[in-house]
Amino acid sequence: MKILVCISKTPDTTSKIAFKNGNTQFDEAGVQWILNPYDEWYALVKALELKEKDASTVLHLITIGTADCDPIIRKALALGGDEAIRVNTDSNDSYSIASQIAAIAKEGAYDLILTGKETIDYNGASVPGFIAEILDMPYVSLATKFELNGTIATIDREIEGGEEVNEVSLPVVVGCQKGMAEQRIPNMRGIMAARTKPLKVVEPIAVDALTSVVNFELPAAKAGVKLVAADNVAELVRLLHEEAKAI
Amino acid sequence: MSVLIFVDQTESHIKKSSFEVLTYGAKLAAQIGTTAEALVLGTVNDDLAGLGKYGVTKVHQVANETLNHVDAQLYTKVIADAVTATGATVVVMSHNITGKAIAARVSARLKAGLVTAAIALPDTSNGFTIKRAVFSGKAFANVNIATPIKLISLNPNSFHVALGEGTATVEALNVTVDPSKIKVTAVHKVSGEVPLTEADIVVSAGRGLKGPENWGMIEDLAHELHAATACSRPVADSDWRPHHEHVGQTGVQIAPNLYIAIGISGAIQHLAGVNRSKVIVVINKDPEAPFFKAADYGIVGDAFEVVPQLTAEIKKMHNS
Repeated sequence: MKILVCISKTPDTTSKIAFKNGNTQFDEAGVQWILNPYDEWYALVKALELKEKDASTVLHLITIGTADCDPIIRKALALGGDEAIRVNTDSNDSYSIASQIAAIAKEGAYDLILTGKETIDYNGASVPGFIAEILDMPYVSLATKFELNGTIATIDREIEGGEEVNEVSLPVVVGCQKGMAEQRIPNMRGIMAARTKPLKVVEPIAVDALTSVVNFELPAAKAGVKLVAADNVAELVRLLHEEAKAI
Repeated sequence: MSVLIFVDQTESHIKKSSFEVLTYGAKLAAQIGTTAEALVLGTVNDDLAGLGKYGVTKVHQVANETLNHVDAQLYTKVIADAVTATGATVVVMSHNITGKAIAARVSARLKAGLVTAAIALPDTSNGFTIKRAVFSGKAFANVNIATPIKLISLNPNSFHVALGEGTATVEALNVTVDPSKIKVTAVHKVSGEVPLTEADIVVSAGRGLKGPENWGMIEDLAHELHAATACSRPVADSDWRPHHEHVGQTGVQIAPNLYIAIGISGAIQHLAGVNRSKVIVVINKDPEAPFFKAADYGIVGDAFEVVPQLTAEIKKMHNS
């Protein structure tokens, strides 16, 4: 059994979002980088659980990015995994990113490809779908639970107003979200072990991007809250009905 | 050269988010001087000719029951074949649960540039540039698609549904449907509740409610407003409420017309899941709660006093 977990570095949720060069580039100054929480808490930890159940499982991590991703990769390896692969290219076109991952996944003949449901920076929610289509594999999105019995995966996924249980034969691509696993904190042994785990740097394949970011904008500031006295709830209802037209 | 709008259904009824996408697609078609056509997969009980009211001239239907269930791989092949058969150059769908499962696949199959989570019509004055939400609603990106076929998935609740006059012609589309590789063995629907991601109004509560036994007043308010209920992360983590109600960065992201937050302080992680809501109301006894900075309306007060009054006042309004 071979598992590939796709990880990405993203700005910490509390980071100030600003842009530079005429709003064409994200301003990384002072930004604290973290592992994308969906990749870390759900995809990676689920893979670790599978490896703990079956020690023969081979678990590889992959990220697409330049050398500044390495600290995040080491952090992920501190949680677990046998080795990491970094494809040495930078892009914000999800199709290009997914094409790089798919090329590595194809070569490595992985049985299971796990990703977070989306990253918290570009929120595209598209990388796992791209990978699945390029590799012609089934894809289960918004997965909340995953169990493996031989080569049959039983996966719960979110649907409108509930969940459904999917049964699918490996190989499969799964986009993970809350429910899949619980967040873990790396221990000292893991952190030490991560330093010596292999981190392979691979050069990218040639891919034509399908989209390009022209520029970024920040939302207009809120006008400010209109406070209503706690003993005048009727006024709030009037405002919501007449002014905001929300009820 | 037409705009093809994918109409999403569940249990043989067209989803609310699809009406928004139909309106968007029809406006887009008018903007670039072409016609808007709809694509319906599976069997539906709704009046398909009536979709003309949203501005589409034709509805293509692949009435194969296998398609009543969303399988990303099957849907992708069928949609891609439909795009080829109809000669569409722009494909529009919702960035809802189905859209998240299929948009990227369709894009890869057709080599059609994809913009997900779009919030506005494209700017076609110089290229084909679409505004989308990024950084969990804290910024926008304008993204250009240069490929001959373009694919857009629209963020739910970001476009007003416009109804006009008109009838569409309904045509059966002949497309081969493969057997599904995914077997659905069970479906658990929370009955009688408004699905969170489809709700116009969401009533949400946090730790300020002190315990799960106090949710009755939240449910009463939600019932009066035909709203969905939601909660903050600590509430879901303490198992006061089911996990599927957790809204925030790591839970469900929503963009309803009205979000009422009760006893939630408004940590940045929570805001990341709700900051695209049109109108935000915050009820909190702590005047320093950060949520007030992101709110449109607020009451500094005790939820246990304010919420029952709010329900009563809304009831009064509904009865008058």
